[in-house]
Formats: sequence, structure tokens, C-alpha cells
Amino acid sequence: MQDKIVLEAANLKKYYHRGSEIVKALDGVELKIKESEIVSIIGPSGSGKTTLMNLIGCLDKASAGSLKIGDTEVASLEENDLIKIRRENIGFVFQRFYLIPTLTVRENIELPLIFAKKSINEKKLLVLLEEVGLKGKERIQVKYLSGGDKQRTGIARALVNDPKILITDEPTGKLETEVKGQILELFKSLSEKGLSICIATHDLELAQATQRIIHLQDGKIVPREKSDLYY
Amino acid sequence: MKFFVLAYKNLKRRKSRSFLTIGGVAVAVAVLVCLLGFNAGYQEALTSDVDKMGYQVLVTAKGCPYEAATRVLKGEAGLKFIDEDIYKQIISDPDIDKITPLLVQLVYDPEKSDGKGGFDSYSGIERSYMELKPNVKLKSGEWFSSDDADEVILGYDKAESIQKKLQKTVGDKISIPGEDTNLVIVGIFEKTASLEDGDFFLPLKTAQRIFEIEGKLTSIGIKLKQIDRLQAFEERLYPIASIQVISMSQVKGTILNLVNSAKILIMSVAFIAIFVAIIGVINTILMSVFERTQEIGIMKAIGASKLDIFKLIWIETLIICTLGGIFGSIIAIFGGNFTELLVRKVMPYAPGGRLLLITPELLLFSFFGVIIIGIISGLYPAFRAASMRPIEVIRSGE
Ligand SMILES: Nc1ncnc2c1ncn2[C@@H]1O[C@H](COP(=O)(O)OP(=O)(O)O)[C@@H](O)[C@H]1O
Ligand SMILES: [Mg+2]
Repeated sequence: MQDKIVLEAANLKKYYHRGSEIVKALDGVELKIKESEIVSIIGPSGSGKTTLMNLIGCLDKASAGSLKIGDTEVASLEENDLIKIRRENIGFVFQRFYLIPTLTVRENIELPLIFAKKSINEKKLLVLLEEVGLKGKERIQVKYLSGGDKQRTGIARALVNDPKILITDEPTGKLETEVKGQILELFKSLSEKGLSICIATHDLELAQATQRIIHLQDGKIVPREKSDLYY
Repeated sequence: MKFFVLAYKNLKRRKSRSFLTIGGVAVAVAVLVCLLGFNAGYQEALTSDVDKMGYQVLVTAKGCPYEAATRVLKGEAGLKFIDEDIYKQIISDPDIDKITPLLVQLVYDPEKSDGKGGFDSYSGIERSYMELKPNVKLKSGEWFSSDDADEVILGYDKAESIQKKLQKTVGDKISIPGEDTNLVIVGIFEKTASLEDGDFFLPLKTAQRIFEIEGKLTSIGIKLKQIDRLQAFEERLYPIASIQVISMSQVKGTILNLVNSAKILIMSVAFIAIFVAIIGVINTILMSVFERTQEIGIMKAIGASKLDIFKLIWIETLIICTLGGIFGSIIAIFGGNFTELLVRKVMPYAPGGRLLLITPELLLFSFFGVIIIGIISGLYPAFRAASMRPIEVIRSGE
């Protein structure tokens, strides 16, 4: 079962209209993510990384193509059904953390549970806090946290619903090098426990530390040689 | 942590704004409660005042009906006089059950109200007065020793103030400002909770002598055997040109008419206050929705449904309105006395009882009214918030 596919995108397209011009932010992307795998999507700014993350994170709808989360085809689903898929399968981590500043670490982490109408499992929550390295900080209002701890809170919030895939858009973009390493270690230990992680980044160093690198260029997946980010 | 806590924390973030909005709602509720309470209270107080008068019909000198109506209830009973002969003429009317002649005189007392000065009311009465007014009883002392004795019976409140100011009570002598005669206090009436509690009562003949208006009355109080004989009775008195017959139900009607026309104005004020409060609530919530666009997007991204967001914003509105309702009720209960004072100053006639009748039912009515308003005014902002798309919101933050 090591090679079980948790996410599969086929010919995924996303077009934006900018006035009369059509922007092909994603132009036929094929992507498979397996269980327990860390994949990085790398590409220069404007290549379509965020668009791709939002689509596979079920935050946005594709213009065309298919997207399967587990065994469910989600491309044609409406918002309310997408929410259910998202709650059960996906954790999302943002570059700018997107925490609610006046709530505490713990309250921020509990938020997805409230929306999913799930009860809070004290023991599990403690394990999670320990895992992401926030033990003892659960009562602090997040606006007083360092960038690293903010992102740990963001990760814990993404994990609290036991997702199958963790989707992260430039998760270390706002963090210092040292903290970046710690977050990467955290991702690695999470994936060892079965979580699939997809990281969008333009940071080559971070990408190289993952198992698989996918190059994105002008909304398409390209071989390494064709990427602008040569190395 | 539940939705409620989340909503509460959101409001706490914008303390001064939330507080002002709650204040606006509270004022609207307080105004509504006071106005409705005043309405009920005034009507009740007036009815009880009129009932306590004991007589159904009052005969006075001709004059303006509005003026007469308020004067009658203030106990002034018309400062124009009628001839005592008229009393002798109608006393044998077959429809009359009880009848009593009255002479009311106002005397200026420069020492009244701690030296500010004011009028005291002196009523010349006969024994039949007691028969007409079932709730007028002697608390202490006794009735006048003769028809024209220099004696006085004090209304309950008047007796108290004289006791306090002059340390005088039954058996002591008092004087009328500006007159030579001294009067012996022979009795004190029980409390009637009407304006007459503040009056002096003398034998009719004594009053006529002291005020030098012999053979004159200001009014005649009458109780009919049957109230439905009123019209026939009035018609029989019609030929006497100098008098008018005022029925107490007419007095009540006249005053209620005055009050009712004021009521429409007052109600418009209440509705404006409520309207302004609603706009305030919608504005506050809508502003906080727009300010939190990104936050709402995030909540949607981490699993909040449209309904969740709708609920959250709606609960915020309800919290504002509920708190406003609670504070408004408290203001109404404690501010009611102040309103009552104000009303007594501006109304043409303020009855003796409590003017403001704030009942639990009224408070409940206003409270639920405000909640319903909250439910309605929360709809639009909640709808706006719920229909925000997470993706655009998150993009805008990049
Ligand atoms: N809402 C939008 N409307 C129009 N164009 C958009 C929108 N979102 C993204 N784009 C365009 O789509 C392309 C891909 O953007 P994005 O996915 O943000 O790339 P990346 O995250 O790799 O920088 C860019 O050219 C961007 O300008
Ligand atoms: Mg991006």
C-alpha cells in the first residue's frame, strides 16, 4: 500500500480573465501525489504555483480538467460539498500564516474542529502541540508569537482535522533560515507517519530537501532542464 | 470554544465601537419602554384620579372645556363663581342621588416650597362632601363643630408638611396668609393618593366669609342615581345660562384626547430612535465584516461553511442587540423616575399616581422586540459575509 495515490490531477486548467485578455494561470497540469510523500512544486513567481495549490486544496474551482482526492472526483463539486472534502482530507498552510490574531494558539488550532462540528480531544491536541513544538505556548495570543511559532500554529491548525494531504504555499517564505530547517524537519517527521505533503516554493534549497521536485513554468509542468530555475 | 465565544471575542476586539452601538440600542429600548410605560401609567393614574373624585357630574361656571377639565382635576374647580341659589334650585332634581356644594379658593403663600412661594388650595365643603367621596375619611380628629366655625381639616400631605414645618397638629391654630382669621385644626383626612391630599378644608360658610364671597360656589359635585340618566339631567339644567355640566367621563376623555395627540408625536420619536439604532447596528456589523474580509476568507479556507459564517456574524448582531436590550431595560427602570419628573413638568395635567407603569410584560415586549430587530438587521451583513469567496480574499492579502 506504499504507493497508494491520495491526489490525482489530470489536464488541470485555470484561466483568468483580465479585461479582454485571458491569463492561462494553469494550462493542463498532470500531478499525482502518493501517500507519505513530500513533493515540492517549484517555479518562478507567476508560474502558477499558488493557483495550483488553491485548486488541489479545493479552495478554488478549475476551469477544466479532473481532480481526484482519494476516490472522489471533486472538479464538478459545488462549494458546500467541497467544504466537506476539504475538512476531511486537506490541511492548508499559508505563506502569511493567516491566523486570527486575537485568538490564542489553542483557539486558532481548534477553529477547524468548531467548523467541522467535531468535539475536541484533549489528549490528541496535546500530542499535536508537542509534535509541532508549541507545547506550553497554547495560551498565548498569536499576535505575540514569532514568525516560526506562527507557522507552527498554522501547521497545527492544518493538522487538527487529521488530513490526508498537507498543502502548503510558500510555507517558509516569511521565515528565517534556521526556522526553515526546523519546519522542514517537522514536515519530514509528519510524512513518515503517513501524511502526504505538497510544498509550493521558489526556494530551491527547500525543494531539494524533498523527495520529488516538480517544475512549473507558465502554467505547465516542464522537465528540469527547461526550468528557469536552473541548477 | 463555541461560535458564541468566537462572536463575543470579535466584538471585544472593537470595544468602543461595539459599546457605542450597544449604547444606541439601549437608548432606543429605554425610550420605547418609557413611552409605552408612560402611556399605560398615565391612563391608569388618570382613571383612578377620576374615580376617586366620587362624583360623576360637576356643575361649574361656563368656560373653555379644556381649561375646565384640567382645573377640575387640579382641584381648582373653576375660579369663576356660580350662585348658591343654583344649588338650591337643582338639589331637588329627581335623578340626583348625592350632591355637595364646593368653594375652592387659591391663596398665594410666599413661604411655600422653602420660600419660593406658591398657591395653596382652600376648599369650602359641607358634610355631604364625605358622603360623595367614599375614600375620604378622617384619620384623626373630627368634623367641624359647626357650619361656620373657624376650623380647618387638613389633607394628609398637608398635615405632614405642617407638622414638619410648624410642629402643629390637631388642636393647634394656623393662619391663612393675607387673612386675619386664625383657624383651629380639628381633623386630618386619610391619604387618598390624589391632589386633594395637599389641600385645606374649611366649612363652606367659613370659607365664604373669610374670602368675602358670600352666597357663591365654584362648583357642585353630583352623583346620579343612574349614570344613564345623565343626558336627561343635563337637558334639564340647560336653561340655566351661566353654568355648564361636566361629566367626569367627559373630563377623562378630554384629557386623554390631549395626551393621545401628544402620544403620536412621542411615538414618532420612539420609532426614529429605533430606526437610528437599527442603522447603527447594521453599519457596525457591516463595517466589521468588511474589515474582516480576509479573516472570513481564512475561516472558509479552514472549513467554515457559508452557514457557519452567516451564523457567526448573526450571533454578533444578536449579542449587540441583547446587551442593548438589557442595558436599555435597566436605564428605563432607573431612568423612569427622571422621565416622570420631566413629564410632570410638561403635561397639562399630571395625575397623582405613578405616571410610568413599567411592567415585566412591557420590558419583555421591548426586549423581544429588540431581539427581533437584531435578527432582522443582522441578516444583510451576515449574508454579505457568507457570500465572500475565500480564494479572492486570500489572494488580496498576498
Ligand atoms: N485572480 C486572478 N485574476 C487574474 N489573474 C490572476 C489571478 N490570480 C493569478 N493570476 C495570474 O495567474 C498567474 C499565476 O499566478 P500565481 O498562481 O499566483 O503564481 P505564483 O504563485 O507561482 O506566483 C499570474 O500571471 C497571475 O498574474
Ligand atoms: Mg504564489
